[in-house]
Amino acid sequence: MENRIDMKEKIAAMKPSAVWSEAGDGMFRVPATSFRSLAEKLRHEEGFDFLRSLTGMDWGEEGLGCVYHLENTSTGENVVLAAIDPDRENAGIPSVHDLWKGADFNEREAYDFFGIKFLGHPDLRRLFLRDDWKGHPLRKDYDSSLNPLNMENEETSNDAPSYEMTKDGSYILKRHPLFEDQEYVINIGPQHPATHGVLRFLVSLEGETIKKIDVHSGYIHRGIEKLCESLTYPQTLGFTDRLDYLGAMQNRHALCACIEKAMGLEVSERIQCIRTIMDELQRIDSHLLFVSCLCQDMGALTVFFFGFRDREKVLDILEQTTGGRLIQTYNTIGGVQADIHPEFVKKVKEFIKYMRPKLNEYHEVFTGNVIARQRLIGTGVLSREDAISFGATGGTGRASGWACDVRKRHPYAMYGKVDFKEIVLHNGDCFDRYMVRMLEIEQSLNIIEQLIDNIPEGEWQMKVKPVIKLPEGSWYTAVEGSRGEFGVYIESRGDKSPYRMKFRSTGLPLVSCIDTISRNAKIADLIAIGGTLDYVVPDIDR
Amino acid sequence: MMKRNVNIKSMKYEDFNDNEYIEQMLKELRDNGTNVVVGCLDDVIEWGRSNSLWPLTFATSCCGIEFMAIGAARHDFARFGFEVARSSPRQADFIMVAGTITHKMAPVLKRLYDQMADPKYVIATGGCAISGGPFKKSYHVVDGVDKIIPVDVYIPGCPPRPEAMLYGLMQLQRKVKAQRFLGGLNKGISEKEYERLMREDTNKAEDYSEYDESGLA
Ligand code: SF4
Repeated sequence: MENRIDMKEKIAAMKPSAVWSEAGDGMFRVPATSFRSLAEKLRHEEGFDFLRSLTGMDWGEEGLGCVYHLENTSTGENVVLAAIDPDRENAGIPSVHDLWKGADFNEREAYDFFGIKFLGHPDLRRLFLRDDWKGHPLRKDYDSSLNPLNMENEETSNDAPSYEMTKDGSYILKRHPLFEDQEYVINIGPQHPATHGVLRFLVSLEGETIKKIDVHSGYIHRGIEKLCESLTYPQTLGFTDRLDYLGAMQNRHALCACIEKAMGLEVSERIQCIRTIMDELQRIDSHLLFVSCLCQDMGALTVFFFGFRDREKVLDILEQTTGGRLIQTYNTIGGVQADIHPEFVKKVKEFIKYMRPKLNEYHEVFTGNVIARQRLIGTGVLSREDAISFGATGGTGRASGWACDVRKRHPYAMYGKVDFKEIVLHNGDCFDRYMVRMLEIEQSLNIIEQLIDNIPEGEWQMKVKPVIKLPEGSWYTAVEGSRGEFGVYIESRGDKSPYRMKFRSTGLPLVSCIDTISRNAKIADLIAIGGTLDYVVPDIDR
Repeated sequence: MMKRNVNIKSMKYEDFNDNEYIEQMLKELRDNGTNVVVGCLDDVIEWGRSNSLWPLTFATSCCGIEFMAIGAARHDFARFGFEVARSSPRQADFIMVAGTITHKMAPVLKRLYDQMADPKYVIATGGCAISGGPFKKSYHVVDGVDKIIPVDVYIPGCPPRPEAMLYGLMQLQRKVKAQRFLGGLNKGISEKEYERLMREDTNKAEDYSEYDESGLA
């Protein structure tokens, strides 16, 4: 809290035009014209090097804009800024892609959804929707009849548009080619077994060496954020499980926690404890699947079967309590759907005993394997600075030496009270990314072990009104999902459904850095790099 | 007169729920009658085909993970003849649409389907593929893949349990058994018709030639 007041004064001194608004978490509202210089100061002088989340907004009469969540990774300070342009038809906000690399894709997303032009962005194409899509779907005045299902094959344009502002306030549109004429470009995906879902890469090659990768996503963009705006808060819960289905528990935990924070509701220790155990079980499940898929991609099919064998054990435990294997829909606002199954504790203990020695099997078959080591060690190196700048959290960031675990940075639920190690490795290559996850499975087992015998008595569902209305304001809550920081941003106008709900994707920063880390690697390494980045495509596209 | 049935090895006939659709197919088959030689040959072919249906590896989202689970050790669909998932549509017998299909993906799915060799089948897996599921009202989701490609089997669920998927796959086997390969499925087309189709394809290819040059087809 102290920090924030300190920062508040500093920002007020830096930019007198910035207005502090108190509702919810609180944020500084800055006119678009003076946003850029404030952002530069925060980045370079105050050390805000991590752009946690960038949310496009339609504030109706007030205009269009963006909300930026910034963090200083060395001091842990947080600041929220909003840049607003009142001109709805021609909204333009200076781009910050050069200050935070992660802003690149996020700005493209905001352009896609709201039609905000980011001035100076070098490649302002749509990120998710087709190039010939009409309008911008997340604007409040969007007319959905404009875009019926179009079965024409999509043309891939080779143009990257960018907007610049002239002195008289009008824009000029410039176009640059993405690939030169003589470049050799191959297409991978969207239907390809090694892209882990429907993602598409255009890869420019020189011989076998990768020169450039252009990522095309949106093949599984389901428009969840827009759907949420027409649903009540309890109804929105159903979607989070289906975003990153290997982090179903954690995603829903984040959304519930965000709504609870806005309601001012404290949940009982029993609920916190159950949620923590479930989150960790889910993490183990996810990491096992990660190992399975990575090894399958690299031709080590045995490990795939090992992984699924052990994963089924976790699923059995989850299923007994929640009734679902993959999509559990377990957390609710103010609690959980049902109390834990009478056999839950016993089963979990059995599983811990079973899992520990099994990990050696993976190490014997894969970790020590000469071929695996040769393909993983030293390939696809992501530096610590880049990891922070892109916002590549989770195992990927920790393999690059960035201690980015939300469980440690902003402890929530029971994580402040249990003893566990944050695994941080330093090479940033594929092998470290793989090892981080293997070691994290052990830590997750440790966390569960400490909690399983001490689940406090108490309620598993607090008393909550059936119709939930949040007060006016905006809130952001993050949890450590299976593959990084999963955040939920809610802006409420006091209704029973959100005015805007945005999910900070864990995967979007991971694919946005794929171009940087794959350059000069061999085409075959792309499979290992993609596998170890560990993204889930529906979570990228939302 | 031949007697065709839809018994499959892995599950007894009585254990299946009533299925009017397959009964109807069977009835038509029996009513029309077949030459003994062709009929016997058909029996053998359908027996072989129904026991070696290979899926295309195609998954867009959550349901795809359960699809992987039926390929792994506990559920193992290879037991019933779904042996290996193929990554190329040219080598696959059926496509299991596991996951949400969005507007951007729809033409791609259609193209994949077109690339598969006849006889080919489609299974719509999960609420999303059947009707759009939880995302039915979205601006970017196709409400049911049967709007773009013909579906043979629907497997409801969100996601369907692996057992449900196996049940659905066996229904496909039964359907295959109720079909007639010779004189039915692999109807030959006349040379003229073939030429016409070829020409159509080449014309289409010319439209795309512009992209081929820059390598962006
Ligand atoms: S039916 Fe359910 S589980 Fe399957 S893809 Fe749709 S949302 Fe996911």
